[in-house]
Amino acid sequence: MKNKIEDSPQKPEYTLFLGCTVPVRALNYEISARKIAEKLGLQLSDVSEFSCCGYPIKSVHRYGYLLMAARNLALAEKRGLPLCTLCSACCGSLTEANHEIQEDEKLRKQINEDLSEWVGLRYEGGIRVTHFTRILREDIGKKKIAEQIKADLSSLHVAPHYGCHYTKPTSIYGKIEDPENPKSLDELIEATGAHSVQYEDKLQCCGGGVLAIDEQVALAMSQRKLEHIRDQQADAMVLVCPFCNVMYEGNQRKIEKVFQKEYKLPILYYPQLLGLALGIEPDELGMKMNRVKATELVKKINRRTD
Amino acid sequence: MIDSKKFDPDFKLLIASEPGGENIKKCFSCGTCTAGCPVREVTDRYNPRRIIRMAILGMKKEVLSSDFIWLCSSCYTCFERCPQNVKIPELMNAIKNIAVREGYLPSSMKSQLDLLASFGRLLEVTDFENEKRKESGLPLFQGRTEDVEKILKKLGFHREEQDRG
Repeated sequence: MKNKIEDSPQKPEYTLFLGCTVPVRALNYEISARKIAEKLGLQLSDVSEFSCCGYPIKSVHRYGYLLMAARNLALAEKRGLPLCTLCSACCGSLTEANHEIQEDEKLRKQINEDLSEWVGLRYEGGIRVTHFTRILREDIGKKKIAEQIKADLSSLHVAPHYGCHYTKPTSIYGKIEDPENPKSLDELIEATGAHSVQYEDKLQCCGGGVLAIDEQVALAMSQRKLEHIRDQQADAMVLVCPFCNVMYEGNQRKIEKVFQKEYKLPILYYPQLLGLALGIEPDELGMKMNRVKATELVKKINRRTD
Repeated sequence: MIDSKKFDPDFKLLIASEPGGENIKKCFSCGTCTAGCPVREVTDRYNPRRIIRMAILGMKKEVLSSDFIWLCSSCYTCFERCPQNVKIPELMNAIKNIAVREGYLPSSMKSQLDLLASFGRLLEVTDFENEKRKESGLPLFQGRTEDVEKILKKLGFHREEQDRG
């Protein structure tokens, strides 16, 4: 199943699942991820019929969520390609549905009856779902990344935010890494030459999951982490989920206002950080779209002339 | 004052028969979930141990009509740590699914369903967004995915029906 780069002369190919948030509110994530993919030899194919992953209706109607997820999985299966998400919630939701459909024959039959009758699709359970960051870590690997570094990021200290659905629950992801002590993002940060900063409550949830229900609760959850990262004087937070970004960057001004604090903490998507390390111009990584400007951080980077 | 005569002893069985709620009766109230809950850290309105206890006791109406069942952020911290594998975020979803069937659908969730039915996504990709995408060299986006509306309609979440509810 694995698409190890060195195993195959062809470029590994995935369908790119954007979900709801990325194509509207996180263009910088999409731009930088596509740029990195191009640079590292990954082919990402667009499927224009992809919709929402189904996650938002899981709490309202579980079977409806499974149907929506299965519909997307069926579209990827038609192309015969593994599915790559940029959003961690999409990754969790599609992985869970995939897992259930693969394991439960009765459920698979029911879903296919409804899917084929209602929207003319079937899903046989044949594809792999993964996160863009996992592809970088597992399919490309930190060694191969480190070999391509063109700029010196050693003066940067950035705080990794894993988010919840990137590692949990292990019942659906398997033991890809210890959710109580994950390392993949720290390692990917170190592979760029930047330093990964440790801070209190590093694994804390962003609060995005309750934003629609109770904004004040969600903002209070995000504020705690901004505070802890500021305590460590990190140059930026680095994350891999557009919804975590909505909380830490999109809502940072609001959090500052509500809690009477000032953070001005740049929030980078990992592909942006990696892109800088690979010598790609900030503009080509959508850095202009970052709401909290990372100008100071970019100034600290030394371009190698070799 | 809690009146135990009003408890519904079958409520836990109803939850246990709902996908995700199967393990509710295994809970022995150790409180590992509440102790590590990031929502609980910022508000005492959400307390998973308490909610599960109320559900097991049979406080059906109090649980289903409450706001607090909707405050789980689905971070899965308790899911990983629960010694009894109660799968709390899934259990909360099972309870929320029942609540919705009983007519307790929060307005924000209703708006999300409307958006999904209209655009197939939570956010509409308008001409403005597509213009921005074009300028950034990104492929243009097909804004509407009618299949989602079809699925939601078949499941009884058509907008007119919701408006009646």
